[in-house]
Amino acid sequence: MLSRRTIATGLAALALALGTAGVQAQAGKAPDALIKEVSTDVLDAVKADKTIQTGDVGKIIALVDAKVMPHVNFQRMTASAVGRYWRQATPDQQKRLQDEFKTLLVRTYSGALAQVKDQTVQLKPMRGGADDSEVVVRTEVRGKGDPIQLDYRLEKSPAGWKIYDVNVLGIWLVENYRNSFAQEISAGGIDGLIAKMVERNKSAAAGGTKS
Amino acid sequence: MTLRRLSSVALLGAAALLAGCATTGAPGAGVRADPWEGWNRKVYAFNEGLDEAVVKPVATAYRDAVPQLVRTGVTNVFAHLGDVWSAINNMLQGKPGDGLRDVMRFGTNTIFGVAGLFDMATEAGLERQGEDFGQTLGVWGVGAGPYIVWPLLGPSSLRESVALPLELQVSPTLYTDDRGAQVGISVLQVVNTRANLLGATRMLDDIALDKYSFVRDGYLQRRRSLVYDGDPPEVPDDKDDAAEAPSGSASAPSK
Repeated sequence: MLSRRTIATGLAALALALGTAGVQAQAGKAPDALIKEVSTDVLDAVKADKTIQTGDVGKIIALVDAKVMPHVNFQRMTASAVGRYWRQATPDQQKRLQDEFKTLLVRTYSGALAQVKDQTVQLKPMRGGADDSEVVVRTEVRGKGDPIQLDYRLEKSPAGWKIYDVNVLGIWLVENYRNSFAQEISAGGIDGLIAKMVERNKSAAAGGTKS
Repeated sequence: MTLRRLSSVALLGAAALLAGCATTGAPGAGVRADPWEGWNRKVYAFNEGLDEAVVKPVATAYRDAVPQLVRTGVTNVFAHLGDVWSAINNMLQGKPGDGLRDVMRFGTNTIFGVAGLFDMATEAGLERQGEDFGQTLGVWGVGAGPYIVWPLLGPSSLRESVALPLELQVSPTLYTDDRGAQVGISVLQVVNTRANLLGATRMLDDIALDKYSFVRDGYLQRRRSLVYDGDPPEVPDDKDDAAEAPSGSASAPSK
């Protein structure tokens, strides 16, 4: 008999596969059009689902996995945050770094998504030529109050454009982790950093259920 | 939401003021930008303790007791004067068009927004710009200098600290000579600002491995971004160094 977990894993894999198929279909899409489409998609999904707005973390994570993660080069994101130490990590350590970093970011992103009410996303004019292999797409999240700056760095890949850094309110996320990652690594090595992230994810998960 | 406003008030930590520095990026940049880290960490811990014990509980009670509409009104009134300050700073930065937009904002909100209680200007497409004197110094070419954490006031830098005495003057306390009223206004401003940041600081608890360095690096990045009005030039650094290595290249020589 199929356990619930197996079914959930299967569904998640299916969602990912569908998402990836979607990516391949839109490989020719311009980076700003892609960002616009993905963000509108996500916002619409959140607005349509009351359980997400009440903070159903599992559901939000599934949504992010399905809609956003196929468009993210998470390996590059992690490698860039870890910086020069990345090359010293074993493949196994690299995988664990990626997994834990992903959990950390997706959880936080999910927390932000749970706040969505009447927001829309607007693109700002993009610089750079059509043949650039890396671009910055700049957007603004508009709702009540001041607009929130939300920018993306994207790279061209055979499977379409992939996000490798995000800027919230002027702060590039990967850059913001670089110093604290270096700090943990110099204190306890790469395993020390992994342990630290595991610990943070555990306490965030515990805190998330109580709120 | 109110982050820009904050920058003209220079209050609590989480994501307020910030100083653009030409040195960010490479591992170790934090060390260069923060030579007084030992002392700063002590002050940061003190501020956190005070926040946990007093400011945050009061702000939470305020948020729960006062309706959103009223809190938004309070936020708007405090920001209203900030628009005048922003206009002056836009002029000082050589951006008369932006300065004029701030003046129009102030006029619109004074007349149609009941003395700044409602932010009608934003509805009309005149958005808050929140320029402050720290940004003006940055535009004039003054570097951020070392990172500093002030007791009560939180993250700053040498440049922002020079601007701080001026920034603190920009408050509705200017409207009255009554000492008691001034204290009341200042307390309300701190509590209201903190209440606006409750969500952001809760998120910070979840996302940061080390809150001190996360806040510091975020502050420095944001201030730099603000100096360039949200579009700073790229800092050349080695950030993609690692990413350009072939995937899973654990065997690659590490220099």
